[in-house]
Amino acid sequence: MPLRLRRIFSSMLCLLCLWCPSLVLAQDSVATGDPELDPVFSAYVDGERNEALNRLAGLPRDDKRELLTGILEGELMLWKAESRVVRVKKDGRNYVIYDLATSEELDTVKKRRLSRLKLDNRVRSYLRDLIASLGLQSEVASERLLAVRALLSKPDSIERERIEQLIEAEADTQVLNALRAVRARQMIASNDPIEQRAGIDALAEDLSPDARRAIGEVANAPEDSEIAPDTREAAQLAMVIQQKAVDRFRMFETVFFGLSLGSVLVLAAIGLAITFGVMGVINMAHGELIMLGAYCAYGMQLLMPDSLALALLLSIPVAFIFTGAVGVLIERTVIRFLYGRPLETLLATFGISLMLQQLVRTTVSAQNVPVANPDFMSGTISFNPVFSLTLNRLYILAFCLLVFFLLLLLLKRSRFGLEMRAVSQNRAMARAMGVRSARVDAFTFGLGAGIAGIAGVALSQLTNVGPNLGQAYIVDSFMVVVFGGVGNLWGTLIGGMTLGVANKLLEPWAGAILAKVLVLVFLILFIQRRPRGLFPQRGRAAETH
Amino acid sequence: MTFLPALFRPSPSIRGPQLVSRTSTIVFCLIVLAVVIAVPICHSLPTEHPLYLGTFSVTLIGKFLTYAILALSVDLVWGYLGILSLGHAAFFGLGGYAMGMYLMRQIGDRGVYGNPELPDFMVFLNWDSLPWYWWGFDAFPFALAMVMVIPGLLAFVFGWFAFRSRVNGVYLSIITQAMTYALLLAFYRNEMGFGGNNGLTDFKDIIGFSLRSDSVRVGLFVASGMTLLACYLICASLLSSRLGRLVVAIRDSEDRTRFLGYPVDRAKLAVFTLSGMIAGLAGALYVPQVGIINPGEFAPLNSIEAVVWVAIGGRGTLYGAVVGALGVNAAKTWFTGAYPEAWLFVLGALFVVVTLLLPKGIAGLFSKRHEELAPKADHAESPTSLAQANPS
Repeated sequence: MPLRLRRIFSSMLCLLCLWCPSLVLAQDSVATGDPELDPVFSAYVDGERNEALNRLAGLPRDDKRELLTGILEGELMLWKAESRVVRVKKDGRNYVIYDLATSEELDTVKKRRLSRLKLDNRVRSYLRDLIASLGLQSEVASERLLAVRALLSKPDSIERERIEQLIEAEADTQVLNALRAVRARQMIASNDPIEQRAGIDALAEDLSPDARRAIGEVANAPEDSEIAPDTREAAQLAMVIQQKAVDRFRMFETVFFGLSLGSVLVLAAIGLAITFGVMGVINMAHGELIMLGAYCAYGMQLLMPDSLALALLLSIPVAFIFTGAVGVLIERTVIRFLYGRPLETLLATFGISLMLQQLVRTTVSAQNVPVANPDFMSGTISFNPVFSLTLNRLYILAFCLLVFFLLLLLLKRSRFGLEMRAVSQNRAMARAMGVRSARVDAFTFGLGAGIAGIAGVALSQLTNVGPNLGQAYIVDSFMVVVFGGVGNLWGTLIGGMTLGVANKLLEPWAGAILAKVLVLVFLILFIQRRPRGLFPQRGRAAETH
Repeated sequence: MTFLPALFRPSPSIRGPQLVSRTSTIVFCLIVLAVVIAVPICHSLPTEHPLYLGTFSVTLIGKFLTYAILALSVDLVWGYLGILSLGHAAFFGLGGYAMGMYLMRQIGDRGVYGNPELPDFMVFLNWDSLPWYWWGFDAFPFALAMVMVIPGLLAFVFGWFAFRSRVNGVYLSIITQAMTYALLLAFYRNEMGFGGNNGLTDFKDIIGFSLRSDSVRVGLFVASGMTLLACYLICASLLSSRLGRLVVAIRDSEDRTRFLGYPVDRAKLAVFTLSGMIAGLAGALYVPQVGIINPGEFAPLNSIEAVVWVAIGGRGTLYGAVVGALGVNAAKTWFTGAYPEAWLFVLGALFVVVTLLLPKGIAGLFSKRHEELAPKADHAESPTSLAQANPS
């Protein structure tokens, strides 16, 4: 029995050798289609990897960086059948292979026809260093900058003289600054007190975590270390200055987050400021109108899946018209019978809000729907390592202000705004002057609803879009309007921003939920003190209430 | 305040039609008593009997009765005092939590972790001792007192601030909503010591009897029915007293009443606090019957739903509130079983139809008697005055 087994095994081995001669050959030499590269990759496959990589880096070629990156990323593979190193690109389940030098398409093969070039962590880090130092010699400033930035986290990986040479030769200011930062990091790590001192001075302005850690190491070094006392003091001073700067920028960031939250609140509340503040209608369906606006954004993206950015921009007018129309419909069928009875409009519109929610649940889905962020909405503007602003929040802040001022302009400068104010101040007199009050009512409510729809489009970029989206904002929106002072758009803006910033300022020490609770309690107490909000109505109109 | 004697014998100083008619009170009391007696009898019938009621149904009706008590408390402040509270779920929930704390203490060492000192969720959070506000909840009388004291205290403090600074109308509605929303958020926090998101549940006993036994279920039903009766009588007697007249005067013209020298703020505060206590009692009866209390009970939606029961039943009539609560909840139970998709459409449509077509609710359909004293649809705010109050 064992004899038979052995025989079978050896015959299988023979077969394997016969069938796959290339596999055996590959151990010796590989082709690349470029005579210059052949010996390099042969050496690499033979196991002399570092040496091979050095030779590759030394070749007078333009594409050597690409090749090195290809090895690192696994884009270069060994095509077993031809024993040839090729560039591969995944295409579904297969791989398309290209010639290394000419990029000519050679074949499409299954994965098992290819084998990876071997890599281990030591080779990987060696490769990265090689690529980085090649990047330092690049002709393109942005590539040099990337390479220098890579050095910032490990300044020891380059010699001091080399850095000095580079600084001498560099013309681009950004790259030059980065190089100086690398040099400063090396200086701070040296043993010479003067050098260290210079390094500390150079790094004191730098707020990146690496720089702060480097200075912190000197400042908090153990007592028995060789660091001179005044160097240590300088480092401690630099640390304090840095900490102050960091705190200041963190504060900016918190305020920005607060303004961003505030802008969302203002957007959600501003439509309500019209229906509630100007018309005296408590529209509990306002949240659901916001939700409908968010679904408009979703619908537009479904219609135009290829151009998300355009879909989002178009969904602003679409949402305005759609929710505005829904608003006019609500006004004509329900609200107009209830003017002067604010508490009853509350109940009726609450009923409408339940129906709208269920309508979305049955027609679209009870689950949340995905609304994509187009490219221009994602990304950040980075001012320094501790302070950066996310673009989507920045856009929404700007959008909120835009909507606010357009609305203000409409109310104060247009014929429609004039009629609207006239009707809300004295309906009978306005009618006597020839204002068609019923039509003005319908359009005013429609305007408030349309702005809710726009807010929904903005919110679709920040939160989940689902049938319950509106409920999350309705209490907050009412709070903003009441806090700011009913009937006062500026009050809504300032109230919303104040609440947003207060919320975010409280969050670090109270936690997100408790911060919200505290803000609500503050609001309840505030309304006790000033029942008419921040900016109360003045004059005879206010006294009749 | 004289309560029960004033019920059948209005004080001689009051002339004219009564706020709560004697006939309607007597009919109401008889119906509730009949139900309280009939349901246990139906429950004790053999299962195949056509009038047999299972334990589930008994508990369900018991739950509806607690909602009716809540509706009564909402009607007292809205229908008679003219304050639309969107925060009565807060009082209901606090009463429920007070009862839930007692029931948690009754579990003793039968929890999952078997800790005799601490409820399960505290063991889970690695707490080593009972927080001070849980002290005393082992004793039923203390818990029963807290069921009314805590919501009453909240109503008192809230009302004291709000009424003193003359917050009213829409503003008051919105800050009551903010109050219950703040409680909702606060009770979601585990650090509060009320079980966070999951709330209090897994109850075993009440005053030594197992909550799972049929007789306790029936007992809780009877207790709910009798409490409804008692609360009705308290409200009716309050409204028949001189305070009742003052309350309605405040509803119809607060400023005029104030100028006439009546203590408007104190009257409002007294009625609001009483209403909060009744709502707390409703919550306390609700929790042992449904077996759980969690922060969801504080949701602003629940408060608004209670307001809708009252609106549909007919505000300004005590029996209307009860009819509304029972009717809407019965419809809800049937619809969510038969057509779950349609329920919110129906409820929403009910809101709209009732506010548009039946401002006095179902009670308004067949009661012309109290027209003089029933709330006007637009109290104190004519279209012009409102419009003048809100220029752009």
